[in-house]
Amino acid sequence: MQDQALFEYVLRLADDSLILGQRLGEWCGHGPILEEDIALTNISLDLIGQAISLYDLASELEGAGKNHDQLAYLRFENEYKNVLLVEQPNGDFAMTILRQFFFDAFRLPLYEALMQSPVAQLAAIAAKSVKETRYHLKHTSEWVIRMGDGTDESHERAQAAIDHLWRYTSELFFEDNIDEQLQERQLVPSLKGIQANWMETVKAVLSEATLTIPTNNWKFEGGRQGRHSEHMGYILADLQYMQRAYPNMEW
Amino acid sequence: MTQAEQERRFLDKIDREIKIEPNDWMPDEYRQTLIRQISQHAHSEIVGMLPEGNWITRAPNLRRKAVLLAKVQDEAGHGLYLYSATETLGADREQLMDDMHSGKAKYSSIFNYPALTWADIGTIGWLVDGAAIMNQVALCRTSYGPYARAMVKICKEESFHQRQGYESLMKLCNGTPQQKAMAQDAMNRFWWPALMMFGPSDAESTHSDQSIKWKIKRFTNDELRQSFVDATVSQAEILGLTIPDPNLKWNEERGHYDFSEINWEEFWQVVKGNGPCNKERIAARLKAKQEGLWVREAANAFAKKRAMKKSA
Ligand SMILES: [Fe+2]
Ligand SMILES: [Fe+2]
Ligand SMILES: [Fe+2]
Repeated sequence: MQDQALFEYVLRLADDSLILGQRLGEWCGHGPILEEDIALTNISLDLIGQAISLYDLASELEGAGKNHDQLAYLRFENEYKNVLLVEQPNGDFAMTILRQFFFDAFRLPLYEALMQSPVAQLAAIAAKSVKETRYHLKHTSEWVIRMGDGTDESHERAQAAIDHLWRYTSELFFEDNIDEQLQERQLVPSLKGIQANWMETVKAVLSEATLTIPTNNWKFEGGRQGRHSEHMGYILADLQYMQRAYPNMEW
Repeated sequence: MTQAEQERRFLDKIDREIKIEPNDWMPDEYRQTLIRQISQHAHSEIVGMLPEGNWITRAPNLRRKAVLLAKVQDEAGHGLYLYSATETLGADREQLMDDMHSGKAKYSSIFNYPALTWADIGTIGWLVDGAAIMNQVALCRTSYGPYARAMVKICKEESFHQRQGYESLMKLCNGTPQQKAMAQDAMNRFWWPALMMFGPSDAESTHSDQSIKWKIKRFTNDELRQSFVDATVSQAEILGLTIPDPNLKWNEERGHYDFSEINWEEFWQVVKGNGPCNKERIAARLKAKQEGLWVREAANAFAKKRAMKKSA
């Protein structure tokens, strides 16, 4: 192992992108309007692209000679380190958009900070992804506002999605000794600052959308340690199907 | 100007290869034929997203997943583009979609066949996008301007899809025996439905004559089908795949490949709604429409509120 802590850190980023991209891919062909079908697919595509770059970097840091597909496809469930938020089911359009909004509002300041990282490859991935993420956040923010300030039904659906997903948002800022170590080495930013930035975005958008922030702050965590929700197994069953059924083949 | 005069000027433009544009006078039947054909094409793009979309979550590696996402996204874009072309003729997107859901309007029957294995994805790209290109290249010179221009853009992307599909099959055909068998199985299932994509034989085709006269269509169904077979045989040979037709043979005299008669019984059954996936495809589109209703209402309500705020 070249750099265990940095490997773990990059893997977490990669898994977040992969699993959320995978979830969004389920929408393809089923969107509420053609334009949104295209937009959701586009976000999915960006996330899969980011995952490829991040897994490439992770595999280099691991130094075990695994390629990005082996990392993405051939681990066991408890070896995936994504947050629980991204594995939650698509639900209705409001649930998907709110899940994406919470994630984008976290990813944008994180990428902005990572652009300054002395780990050149990580900074490069962040610089490329920051543009995509800025567009995603703009898109999801607009929809949150539209739904919140649209009809009674859309308002209720959006609020219900917020109330449901809120419990998964604190995990976005989960830190353990991996983060501490890397922060000490000044390779990555503290998530405290990112969280403040996230809260500002969330408050501004929800207030414009006439939606409210839940008061219940009970936290759901575990993804970063590989403890997932019941949904994860099904996601992996689809994701890994070909690689498991036809091992060691090239596609 | 009298109706007769207008009609003469219209036909004169067609003769001189001048494109008909949205605000030009056109015979009502010309307009209806175009709306029917373009919307049918648009529906095909949208329904076509379903068999392939169903493999996005199961794509065997990240690069293939990204390529497939991009492809299906392109198809949605084609649908959007084509619906816009129908709107230039005064049609309404929602109404056209309702006509598809009710079975009144058709889409390409190829998408009523299931995508069962990963090899189907490559095969769809190669054969189905390939057959579509054969149809659509001819349509780049169609007489209605917006349709012709849409086709030019769409054809570029379809050729890209076809190359990617072919390349993906190449991987399987150069892979393990299991992969090769998967590719052959897909070929066996998709060959005949792909030939059916060109529609009924010229003798049976109800719309062909007038469409050719108006230069909406440039070639007949059978001519296009023949071109497709002629172009595809050598591609199959390179892959090492067998085309499932014992009568497929080069005919020196005609300068074309001979091939067996299509199973027209199956063709008409699928067109009538009895293909393996007709019900599922329509149900999926209908569900998307119904579940998306509140989203569209929200967007409209919001737009209205904002417009009111502005004018206030
Ligand atoms: Fe297309
Ligand atoms: Fe097409
Ligand atoms: Fe295509």
